[in-house]
Amino acid sequence: MQKVRRVISVIVMNESSVLARVSGLFAGRGYNIESLTVAPIPESQLSHITIVTNGSEKVIEQITKQLNKLIPTLKVIEHEEMVEKEMVLVKFPIDANLSDIQALCSAYNGGIVNVGLDMVITMVADEPVRVKNFIEATKRYNPIEIVRGGVVAIER
Amino acid sequence: MQMSGAQMVCEALIIEGVQTVFGYPGGAIMNIYDEIYKQDSFEHILNRHEQASVHAADGYARATGKVGVAMVTSGPGFTNAITGLATAYMDSIPMVVISGQVPLSLIGTDGFQEVDAVGISRPCTKHNYLVSDLADLPRIMKEAFHIAKTGRAGPVLVDIPKDITAEFGNFIYPKDVNIPTYKPKYKGNERQIKKASEAIKKAKKPLLYIGGGVVLSNASELVRELADFGQIPTVETLMARGVMGAKNPLLLGMLGMHGNYASNMAMSETDLVISLGARFDDRVTGKLSEFAKYADVIHVDIDPANIGKLVNVDYPIVGDITLVVEKLIEQLKDDINPDNYKSWREVLNRYDNLHPQSYNDSDEVIKPQWAIERIGELVGEDAIITSDVGQHQMWAAQHYPFDRPRQWINSGGLGTMGFGFPAALGAKKGCPDKIVINITGDGSILMNVQELVTASEYKIPVINIILNNHFLGMVRQWQTFFYDKRYSETDLSYQPNFKALAESCGGIGYDVTTKEEFDEALKDAIEKDIVCFINVAVDRFENVLPMVPSGGALYNMLLDHKE
Ligand SMILES: Cc1ncc(C[n+]2csc(CCOP(=O)(O)OP(=O)(O)O)c2C)c(N)n1
Repeated sequence: MQKVRRVISVIVMNESSVLARVSGLFAGRGYNIESLTVAPIPESQLSHITIVTNGSEKVIEQITKQLNKLIPTLKVIEHEEMVEKEMVLVKFPIDANLSDIQALCSAYNGGIVNVGLDMVITMVADEPVRVKNFIEATKRYNPIEIVRGGVVAIER
Repeated sequence: MQMSGAQMVCEALIIEGVQTVFGYPGGAIMNIYDEIYKQDSFEHILNRHEQASVHAADGYARATGKVGVAMVTSGPGFTNAITGLATAYMDSIPMVVISGQVPLSLIGTDGFQEVDAVGISRPCTKHNYLVSDLADLPRIMKEAFHIAKTGRAGPVLVDIPKDITAEFGNFIYPKDVNIPTYKPKYKGNERQIKKASEAIKKAKKPLLYIGGGVVLSNASELVRELADFGQIPTVETLMARGVMGAKNPLLLGMLGMHGNYASNMAMSETDLVISLGARFDDRVTGKLSEFAKYADVIHVDIDPANIGKLVNVDYPIVGDITLVVEKLIEQLKDDINPDNYKSWREVLNRYDNLHPQSYNDSDEVIKPQWAIERIGELVGEDAIITSDVGQHQMWAAQHYPFDRPRQWINSGGLGTMGFGFPAALGAKKGCPDKIVINITGDGSILMNVQELVTASEYKIPVINIILNNHFLGMVRQWQTFFYDKRYSETDLSYQPNFKALAESCGGIGYDVTTKEEFDEALKDAIEKDIVCFINVAVDRFENVLPMVPSGGALYNMLLDHKE
């Protein structure tokens, strides 16, 4: 069966071991996690977990049903019409061409966020595909370190 | 009221109406045991192994429909309980297990007898709690019982650090449960139910496929009614034996790997599967692509995740079986003609006459199937039958005349050897007026044999009938069929003296080699009313038939095995 990529938001009670319940479910039932982010929802006792996964339609259906079954799960949203963003931090050596790097970041709605003695740190937040392209493009400037933040999404 | 955490646990159990707790003490749970000592509202049964405590609580729950309760200490006490939790989880049995934990300050330090109980039990409990604040304890106890018995039932673990049980606080037991994230759905969607009933009316070859959910939902009467006025042929899963009643002419039998011919053929030829509380387990379906190949599927289940998990469903209905079947009956009652399915019933009757569930009896040696039938003749409806796992379990399911739900108690989902004896203890505690018989094998019985002591001490007169083939019979059967008779590690010729073993623990033992001795032993055991072993020498190489080889289609059954 054909695999599809899916972004799923899980709204859960913000309590201890809830993340273990969610990630344990994926591990135990052999589902894939491409990326996972989690943060509290302001002014509530809830957390928002965003998971990017892939699998056949049948598997995706099971994933959402099994997530719904967890006692601390309030809601599961299988995103269709969404705005999807991912952040990435990239560290370059200071001797790289800074104006080139600045220009590259600007092209991806980002910029330089920190400059130290021997390195410069840039940040880009954009659609996951564009983040991937950006990372590809940074290669010629010999990045020292790349840290991706995982996808977050919001339904339109 | 001010009280210690340990007192709170006992108070909660009393308020929940718990009458029997099965357990085993240890360091981390001693404060609770101290409170158990001081009260006399509920009884505590000291099993001789924590696994047995959890199985006993499970058997109690299966026999009565109430929530079973077990108690264990931290570390090894808890890990011993895991098999019991997983067994109950697979069969959706309502149960609360309370485990002691090292004090909060020691958690995470690899303290003495520390193990991550919530971590280990997460995949085999419906939910679990680590109590980290005494103020939460009353609410957690209340929620644990609520979650265990509502929706799709299941075991809940409450792990309580020792310092929490010592601490004092205010005890107010909540009246209601308010978990905003947990709202099980009971009422099936009316439109779906209507569509399903239309499909039933249109079908030419409908088949009721009854699972354990019908037992759990106490819906047997309704399901019988539905089958009856529509005159719809019915098959039962291993977990549903007793729902229709053995004498019911609409019951074809059990389906699946060791189902009978007519049941499996019915499933292969039906044009509409009406699945009530069954979950399309691989031991039932055989090769999925051939399963109910010509049928549309109505699937009624309380757990939405069960629906569409394995087979495509045309009429999904999420809800409690009782409520949904009530509605289905309403829709169909005056509007269904039993004659519609007459020729279908005739076809199935022909199948049943062609290959009825049978065996070749013998005068030389006791056939295990004969023993089961004989138990049925002697005690029938009066008994609750538990079993272990193996050939004896399948023969019991095939040949015992189960007449009512909750009469048949076995580990279907996990297939846990060692389940039968402790589960029988629990069933007997829950239903003291019933004769409780554990049908077991010479392999399985040894996996919780220490319960002889428990049964003697507390005078729980459970009858264990060991169908002794001196083999791990079910594995031996597969070796005969599929491994060219290489009997790797399945010969159990080296045995304890079962009679003496039972007697050394205060029970009675019987060695049986003839049919006459069998009758005498069983009658004597019922009269003596003490825990016993009836050790029955049966035909060593008898096989469970028919059989659908693993992964094969249901209609390809081995009906016979010729040497
Ligand atoms: C705890 C556990 N270990 C292993 C198995 C695998 N197993 C399934 S049936 C069986 C043989 C059971 O032998 P016995 O209890 O003598 O029953 P019989 O099949 O001979 O009737 C085994 C080993 C199991 N189901 N459970």
